[in-house]
Amino acid sequence: MKQLIKNFKKYRFLLSELVIKDIKLKYRRSYLGILWTLIEPLLTMIVLSVVFSSFYGRNDRTFPIYVLSGRLLYSFFSNATKSAMRSIRTNGQMMKKVYVPKYIYPLSSILSQYVIFLISLIVLVCVAAYLRVKPTIHLLEAIVPLIILFVMVLGVGLILATLAVFFRDMEYLWGVILMMIMYCSAIFYDPERVVKTGNGWILQINPLYSVILNFRNTVIYGQGLDLNALLYSAGFSIAALVIGLFMFYKKQDQFIMNL
Amino acid sequence: MSKTVIKVDHVGVKFQMGAEKVDNLKEFIIKKINRKIKYKEFWALKDVDFGIQQGDRIGILGLNGAGKSTLLKVIAGVLKATEGSVTTKGKIAPLLELGAGFDLQYTGAENIYLYGAVLGYSKEFIKERFNEIVEFSELGDFINVPVKNYSSGMKSRLGFSIATIVEPDILILDEVFAVGDAKFRKKSEKKIKSMFKDGVTVLFVSHNIEQVKNICNKAILLEKGRLIAQGDVLDVCEIYQDKLK
Repeated sequence: MKQLIKNFKKYRFLLSELVIKDIKLKYRRSYLGILWTLIEPLLTMIVLSVVFSSFYGRNDRTFPIYVLSGRLLYSFFSNATKSAMRSIRTNGQMMKKVYVPKYIYPLSSILSQYVIFLISLIVLVCVAAYLRVKPTIHLLEAIVPLIILFVMVLGVGLILATLAVFFRDMEYLWGVILMMIMYCSAIFYDPERVVKTGNGWILQINPLYSVILNFRNTVIYGQGLDLNALLYSAGFSIAALVIGLFMFYKKQDQFIMNL
Repeated sequence: MSKTVIKVDHVGVKFQMGAEKVDNLKEFIIKKINRKIKYKEFWALKDVDFGIQQGDRIGILGLNGAGKSTLLKVIAGVLKATEGSVTTKGKIAPLLELGAGFDLQYTGAENIYLYGAVLGYSKEFIKERFNEIVEFSELGDFINVPVKNYSSGMKSRLGFSIATIVEPDILILDEVFAVGDAKFRKKSEKKIKSMFKDGVTVLFVSHNIEQVKNICNKAILLEKGRLIAQGDVLDVCEIYQDKLK
């Protein structure tokens, strides 16, 4: 354990270098640069709001922010797990030559996505102010689902990173699963509609939906956290992290031979 | 008496190779059901045992597939030995051929920091030596150009400069003099020789026997994963040349 911490300290600079690299390269050569983290979710929000408010007749004033909050959390989940999954393979050349603790690669790719995600929350603040959603004391609790989401992504990311080394088609499979998760997360529809049809369990077993639910409760509705959703998502995240760490450590010595 | 900096203790590395490469889930499941997955075991290194003293320059000789690269990987800590152990003292800098490991989108300057970080150095340490690295690589204004626009010679020059200016204790050179023009080759040989004086330990892999004789004082010879000779560079080179005939 002591060895682990010492090792981590030594490679802290590498971790920050890799995080900065990811962010820098993502927006290099684009005219608006880092502003895209704000514009892109804003544009999707407008599209989704227009489509769903005219098609489904939702004229709720807070609908845009409802869509935006769901989409921001989902796209962090999707982007970060995807890049963690690819991280071992993309850094394979380096890994074959120099010793670096291997968890640095998935961890750095998730961290850089998290930083981009946190920056993109600025859009949420602006839209909320524009729509005059009043902040309440419960807004402070929003940090809880955000932390749970990070742990969840780290756990799932480590599991996927390990699997993807041995099975190259994980990427396609995960793409399909992600699509399923998206439709089961109530990003642009009202969960009540699903509950009415008797299929509410689909939402309940989705840990990402629990996170989104709590995030919306604190940010939009000025309510406290939903305890069931909180416990379920926290439990799932910790379990995923434990399984992820176990798989990763168990298999990491074989990565080189399979790259 | 100088101290032992690398101790390779009865090292064996086993590879498990599928008879055919199964690297996707679909094939894996189909073959698992048909019980068609066969593994072939193969020892890339077996019972390799030797020690390296500080300041030694070891040439590693052997035909293709003798296990030279595997041995270097085990010493660098990249690959874990199946049996036996390797202990090293000090900072190891592997010199990547053709600057593998650079980020192509990144400029030369940014890659210096990135590569330094990968080798485990701190930001301050690299900052101090930054100018020296740029100067030695002779890249001039190209240092602010993305590495993807570099020629292969430029890449290897940058790689060489970073790995040597940071003053490692152990330097791993794997077929590095194959690229770069004669002028830079001469300069880099000179640089490596000047590092000998500071007591750097060198592991050198090359098929060029003249170069090995020129740089190394000792050598080991591998054949099919086994260590078959070690000792003075001239003696081992002679055995190697006999093998070639």
